[in-house]
Formats: sequence, structure tokens, C-alpha cells
Amino acid sequence: MKYFLKKLGTLVITLLIVSFLSFVAFSVIPGDAALSRLGTEATPEQVAALQKEMGLDRPLLVRYASWLSGFVTGDLGESYSYSMPVTELLKGKIPITVALTVMAFLMILAVSIPLGIFTASHAGKHLDRFLMILNQVMMSVPGFFIGILITYFFGLLLKWFQPGSYVSISQSFTGFLHYLIAPAVAIALPRCAMGVKMLRSSIISQLDADYVRTAYSRGNGKRRVLYRHVLKNALIPVLTFWGMTIADIVANSIILEQVFTIPGMGSLLVSSISNRDYPVVQGIIMLIAALVIIINFLVDLLYGRIDPRIRLKA
Amino acid sequence: MKAKKKSKNITLILGGCIFAGMLLFLLVGLVGTPYDPDAMNGGLKFAAPSLSHPFGCDHFGRDVFSRVLEGTGTTFFVAAATLLLGGGIGILIGAFTGYFGGWIDEVLMRVNDAIVSFPNILLALVLISIFGPGKYNVILALGIVFIPSFARMTRSEFLSQKEMDYVKSARLMGVSHLRIIFVHILPNTIPTLLSMAAIGFNNAVLAEAGMSFLGIGVQPPDASLGRMLSEAQAYLMTAPWCAIFPGLAVILLALGVSLLGDGIQQKGGV
Repeated sequence: MKYFLKKLGTLVITLLIVSFLSFVAFSVIPGDAALSRLGTEATPEQVAALQKEMGLDRPLLVRYASWLSGFVTGDLGESYSYSMPVTELLKGKIPITVALTVMAFLMILAVSIPLGIFTASHAGKHLDRFLMILNQVMMSVPGFFIGILITYFFGLLLKWFQPGSYVSISQSFTGFLHYLIAPAVAIALPRCAMGVKMLRSSIISQLDADYVRTAYSRGNGKRRVLYRHVLKNALIPVLTFWGMTIADIVANSIILEQVFTIPGMGSLLVSSISNRDYPVVQGIIMLIAALVIIINFLVDLLYGRIDPRIRLKA
Repeated sequence: MKAKKKSKNITLILGGCIFAGMLLFLLVGLVGTPYDPDAMNGGLKFAAPSLSHPFGCDHFGRDVFSRVLEGTGTTFFVAAATLLLGGGIGILIGAFTGYFGGWIDEVLMRVNDAIVSFPNILLALVLISIFGPGKYNVILALGIVFIPSFARMTRSEFLSQKEMDYVKSARLMGVSHLRIIFVHILPNTIPTLLSMAAIGFNNAVLAEAGMSFLGIGVQPPDASLGRMLSEAQAYLMTAPWCAIFPGLAVILLALGVSLLGDGIQQKGGV
């Protein structure tokens, strides 16, 4: 319980720091928000009036407090270019990003857990080197290029899916999921190699531990030792990696949405950046930031579950 | 032992070859491109790769080979400048905080931890939305994004090095702190920093390509591999070469350096 409260405290503090930093960052932008809304023709009086109306004349901390209370209650302000509440804009986009992230993450787990365990129990220098080079190659391929290749081979040549014909959830749920398979693969592929490598090296590093020898000497079979004893310990460093992977997937989906013309959060973010629509940018960034921080929090909690030593030490 | 040594060299040699090849490619681009990268020629629209146009031509009939040469130059410049900016500042911060410690160290590392847990590309996008797009703003944004990871790495190196006897004896001999930091400790951290730089370069190349692909990175008239890829996407069926060659250039540029860094690291840390 103490561990939980301590981690919860860290969660809240990090959220506050991040939200404050991002608020300040968007407040010092050259070019006033009121001015950019009115255009260059506006008179100083008009600008001052709008500033007052938007509350821009108040001190920074007051504005932060009101923005924060808005964020907590789900009010992210109003978009400049769409003239509608940011929350409304995001509502339709979130399911798309969530679906894409979950799909890509499940693919990574489905590939890297079995392969990681398999390659660890078949350790060898050649395999090691092969995995390392494969990993390096995969890490050097931009995700969007994989997306383009998938579009070309599986979309245009093999016609497994129709590039650019996104199906929304309301049209057909299965069609929606079907269309997301290709982008999810494009996001997952580079991270699979990394996932296998991480799990494999984590398991191998555990195999030399004393408790493994003890488990064997008590008459446990190889499989039992691996699944009952080693895997639990080996998962700890890998959990951190998986947590980071989720954040990474969300960030990369911004780019991959563009490749597959999916009207999700990423496309909205990119167009809002180009249009300097700061409330939208800020809202999306804070949403993703909160997600990253909450994932870290959950990973910490899982740590405490898997390894009670971590929980008790805190 | 012998077999091990051989395996080390493979990464290094492979990385070295790819990197040298890309450098050569870059130098050719600096000397001059066979055609004007921006010259349009309606007659050559979507011309397939041939002897006179080895990488083919794009939707304006521009020579893809010349454009890839120029784009590789831009990407390399952005990545190198990013590394100098972010790496330089990061190393300085890490060296001082690691060596002196204290509350500034505590605060900076807290902030660092918070920042490092966010994906690079996301932070870069935030900064780009504040600075606006363009080549130099991309360098600035990515440079700032890279500071924390370099600072963290350098700091942990300095933390372990400063406890060593050679630092203590240098202190006893009355060597100043600054001299110890830059002349005594820093050279010992070079293997770590080099592999860190390789990872950073790899990330910078991919991030620049990604941002330019989204249209909020390098802006025309600067040629950019990412932008070429995003333009090529619309003509994938008619002219796949417009996508393949810029894509390969990005991959090789990133891969060469990261293999090289891995090779150096393995050689250094036996």
C-alpha cells in the first residue's frame, strides 16, 4: 500500500510538471494567440479586447490553474481553426489511435514472447549475431518506409487491402479493424526484432543465477525451471521496454496514419501544427503525455506484483 | 577467442563499408549533381531508371538520382548539426552534474527522467509546432530533444570515473576541477560517447526523415528524402523508384552509422 501511494504521488507530480512545462512552452510562442486569430489587419484595441475575452491578460499561473482545472474536467478549450471544442474533436479520434496501438502492441507480444523464449533456450553465437544485425537493420528503417513498402506489395500488387480507402467504425467495425491491420504491422515490425532481443538476453542473463541451479538440483525439468522460475524474473527489465514500446507506438502512429490516410489523432496533430492551432496541439500532447505517465505508473505497479522485493524496499 | 574477434570485426567492417559508401555518395553530391535537382522536364515524367537516369525520374521529370544526392546531403547535415548541438550541450551538462553532484544535479536528473520517458519524435513535434518548420528549426528542435539522453549517459560515466584513483591523485596534485573534467575524465568516456553518438545520429536521421515526410520538417527549396518519399507515395504504382531510392538512402545512412557505433562499442568494451 505504501508502495502504491508513493508511486501514485510520483504519478501526480510528474503529470503536474509535464503539464506545466507544456503550458509554459505554448505560452511563450512568438506571436500572440489573439493576434493570430484576428489576422495582421487587427487594431491594437481589437487585439486587447480579444485577449481579455480569451483571458490572455491574466498572469501565467492563474491561466495555468484554470487550464488545468479545465483539463481535469475534460474541457481543453476551443480549436482556432475548427471553431469547436477540442474535446469534441478528439472524441472521434481516440478510438482509432487506441485500436491501432492495441493491435500493434498485441502483434509485438505475439511475435516476441514465443520467439524470445525459443531463441533463449537455443542460445548460440550465430543466433546472437543474426538477431543483433537484424535488430540494427530494423531500427534503421523508418516506420513510414515500411508502411510504403507494405502499401506497394500487399496493397497495390497483391491487393490484400485497398490503400487509402479507410473504413470508419460507424461504417463497419470489421472493415475498420481489417484496414488497420496493415498500419499495425508497419508499426509492429521494427519493434518485434527489438522485443525478441530484449526478452532473449534477459532470460539468458537469468540462467546463470543461483536460484536456477537450486531449482534444477531439486529435480525440476528444464521447461519447469524456465516457465516457473526464470520467466518471472526475466520479465522485469522487459516490462519497462514494453511500457516504452506503447508510448513509441502511439508516437509512430502519428506518422503511419499519414501513410495510410487514417483520420486519427496523428493526422489531426500534424494539420494542427501546420495551422498553428495551439489548443488542439496542446490537448493532444497532454493526452499522450498523460498516457505515457500512466503506463509508467502501471509498469511500476506490475514490478511490485512480480517482485515483492521492489515493493518492500520502497 | 579468435572466433570472437572475427565476429566483432564483421559489424565494424560492414558498418564501416556502408558508412564510407554513403560518405562517398555525399561527396559526389557536394562536388556536383549530374542534373539540376530542381530542373523539370515534362518529356521525362516518370521515366524508368536507365543509364542516363540511374534512379529514374519523378512526377515533374526531375532526375531522382540528383535529388537523392542532394537530399542525402541535407539529411546528413541536419543529423550532424543536431548531434553537435544536442550532444555538445548534453555532454557539458552531464559532465558538470556528474562531477559536482548536489541539488542542481538532483533537480536536473528528475526533469531528465521525465523527458527521457517520452518518445523523441513527439517532443520534436511539440518543439516544431512552437518554432515552426524549416531546416534550422528541425536542428534546434531535435538538438534540444537529444540533450537529456546525452546528459544522462555522460553523467553516469562521470559518476563512476570520479571515484577512481587517477582522479583522486590528480586532485591531490592540485589539478583544477575543470582540467580534471576535460583533460582527465572526458577522454576516458569517449568509447561510451561514441556509441551514444551513433545511436543519436541514427535517431536524428529517422526523425528528420519522419518530420519532413509529415511536411513539417525541412521545407522546399531544400531537398529532403522524407519529402521525396511523401510525394512518391501518390505515384507508387506508376513509379516505385521514386520511393525506393530515397528510402534506401535513409536506411543506409542510419544503418551504416549504427553498425559502426556497435562495432566500436564491442571493440572498446571487451
